[in-house]
Amino acid sequence: MLEIKSVSKSFGKADVLRDISLTIKEGEFFSLLGPSGCGKTTLLRLLGGFDRPGTGEIHHNGVRIDTLPANQRRFNMVFQRYALFPHLSVRDNVAFGLRMKKVASREIASRVDEMLSLVQMAALASRSVTTLSGGQQQRVALARALVNRPEVLLLDEPLSALDLKLRQQMQVELLALQRRLKHTFIFVTHDQEEALTLSDRIAVMNDGVIDQVGTPQEIYEYPRTPFVARFIGSVNAIDGEIKDCRPDVIIVGGPTKRMMTVRPSRDGFRPLPVIPQGTPIRILVRPEKFKILKSAPGPEQNALDGTIREILYQGPVTQFFVQLRDQILIIAQPNTAVTARKGFSGGDKVFVAWAPEDCLLMGRDGPLPVLESPPVDPALSDAQLQLPLGIMEDVRMAGGVAQGG
Amino acid sequence: MSAWRAGWRKVAEKARPRLRRPPLLVLPAAGWFLWFLLAPLAIIFVYSFASKGVYGGVVMKFSLSNYVRSADLIYLHIFWNSIKLATLTAASCLLIGYPMAYVMATASARMRAFLLVMVVVPFWTNFVVRAYAVKVLLGEQGPVNALLASFGLISEPVVFANTAFAVWLGMVTNYLPFMVLPLYVSLEKFDFSLLEAARDLGASPVKVLFKVLVPLTKPGIVTGLVFTFTPALGEFVIPDLLGGAKTMLVGNLITEQFLKTRDWPFGSALSLLLILTVTGSLVLYLRMEARRQKAEEGA
Ligand SMILES: Nc1ncnc2c1ncn2[C@@H]1O[C@H](COP(=O)(O)OP(=O)(O)OP(=O)(O)O)[C@@H](O)[C@H]1O
Ligand SMILES: [Mg+2]
Repeated sequence: MLEIKSVSKSFGKADVLRDISLTIKEGEFFSLLGPSGCGKTTLLRLLGGFDRPGTGEIHHNGVRIDTLPANQRRFNMVFQRYALFPHLSVRDNVAFGLRMKKVASREIASRVDEMLSLVQMAALASRSVTTLSGGQQQRVALARALVNRPEVLLLDEPLSALDLKLRQQMQVELLALQRRLKHTFIFVTHDQEEALTLSDRIAVMNDGVIDQVGTPQEIYEYPRTPFVARFIGSVNAIDGEIKDCRPDVIIVGGPTKRMMTVRPSRDGFRPLPVIPQGTPIRILVRPEKFKILKSAPGPEQNALDGTIREILYQGPVTQFFVQLRDQILIIAQPNTAVTARKGFSGGDKVFVAWAPEDCLLMGRDGPLPVLESPPVDPALSDAQLQLPLGIMEDVRMAGGVAQGG
Repeated sequence: MSAWRAGWRKVAEKARPRLRRPPLLVLPAAGWFLWFLLAPLAIIFVYSFASKGVYGGVVMKFSLSNYVRSADLIYLHIFWNSIKLATLTAASCLLIGYPMAYVMATASARMRAFLLVMVVVPFWTNFVVRAYAVKVLLGEQGPVNALLASFGLISEPVVFANTAFAVWLGMVTNYLPFMVLPLYVSLEKFDFSLLEAARDLGASPVKVLFKVLVPLTKPGIVTGLVFTFTPALGEFVIPDLLGGAKTMLVGNLITEQFLKTRDWPFGSALSLLLILTVTGSLVLYLRMEARRQKAEEGA
């Protein structure tokens, strides 16, 4: 178990990390997700031992490690730019760590060979690393770290330099490798889709603080802050004001005369908060939770009326831009035979409908002050763990996540 | 100046793709090469097989006597002295220059420019003046003695003049830039994240140095060694000025043949031997390096 306890780090006047606390379980595939410059690399470097935290402590299995130099931790890092040794062959790069630990040469040979075949680089073992393609270098970097059997493997955007096809292939391989070796992986990325696909849990970072930690489902379905909601997938924001707050339903006055209702999520993981009447709030709705209709839905649905401004066909989904009185909603509809037949076109007057269960309640410029963290269902994360690899691939290919903001 | 600039280019060229050069542009280089290198070499080659006339001058009669004479124990001893001094100078420059170049390469851009200027500034003065400057520094009333005395380390001024230490300091002062500049070029291109990668893989600081930093900056190290060792081998002014002309060096010996004894043929033979020693060892090194690289790639 890796425990990061109130760690802060500043460079000069810039506070890059502010009071970060995290607990990462043994054997977990844990992702640090956040926009460029939010401090992901800085945090990873503290874990690797390349920098010292300004304040706070890092413990690994009960032992304080933030004071140990990098070469005395049983952690290994896959660097963003790989940092392979250009003067050494593939084999010697992979053997480097074992040689430093004075492992017997016969054992080195067998472990290196085993690792090279695991990453499918055995055929190129004696090549100079400078002659390898990006994907091959990436595998060597991975093998060089993994051959040491690190207790924790730190990966700093290892896939960011690869093209899409290779990246997806490497994601699958990485996940398969992690499931097999059962090492703890801490994976830095700014690609939300990658984080959702690979991780057991994700920490979403924003400007030096952690906004939310949770399983991919929790993060996507129950974002705690508008930032998280916006960063993972895209959301529409509809401003309103609390009219009535009951345990099973909240009534919100919105941009039209029609009231909006908010209900607890269908799985019951997210009970309704208690908010005083008159509080200005913001309802976030994901584009794929909307339905686009030609006539007004029944009262059990929320609805806003508007005009279609733009229709973007995107393969698996079609994106509609619907103009309301003073804002534009983005709606993603799957391209099933049914929706295709409806035949919307630009300028059509339509209704945008969504279920009261699909509302994410936030404050006007931040999280709801009263919202408590959603309860974690262990069964949920276990199900995620046991998804076979093929399915993970299918899920991603299906493109369940809407892009853009 | 041009020596280190050429070497600098040599280091930089490794990374540069070969350009097709129009033949006319090659002319100046070819002319320079012919006039300043091949022609003098040809002359001393021919002279080295001639013999000395009775009143100086060169008598064109083929003989090997100059070479036979240079194998004399006295001359071998002089050669040996020169090689020792050059080796000591080159090695000292490397040990002092490497950390300097490292600091320069890792400094901020502004600091880097400042340090580069500081390294080059000595070239603005004549090198004999620099040698005298060292002499003054080490003088009995000089700042070094003053400093030592102020710390109470000495009661009497230390006499540095005409000591091996003074010669060493003079040589290092003079040749250090020739080491620092090629090292700096090498280190400036070095990817310092490799050091972190090595640390990450469990390498101790010493291992990081010898398994990663040194192998990857070897071009700079070799260039620096060549640039310091080669001129130091023929050096004689600094040892004369600071060492009191106590030890005879190849440089003195050759100068004497040309200027004092007027034995140009023997001087030519000695020069040629000196050149052969240097190029011979360089070629040998490059061969070994090429073979080693081939063996590595083939393995
Ligand atoms: N050594 C340093 N000195 C000064 N500032 C630094 C240093 N390292 C990082 N920073 C600053 O800290 C902030 C966070 O940097 P960090 O590299 O951790 O970002 P990141 O989340 O990894 O971003 P990216 O996704 O672009 O890699 C940035 O504003 C950066 O400029
Ligand atoms: Mg980074």
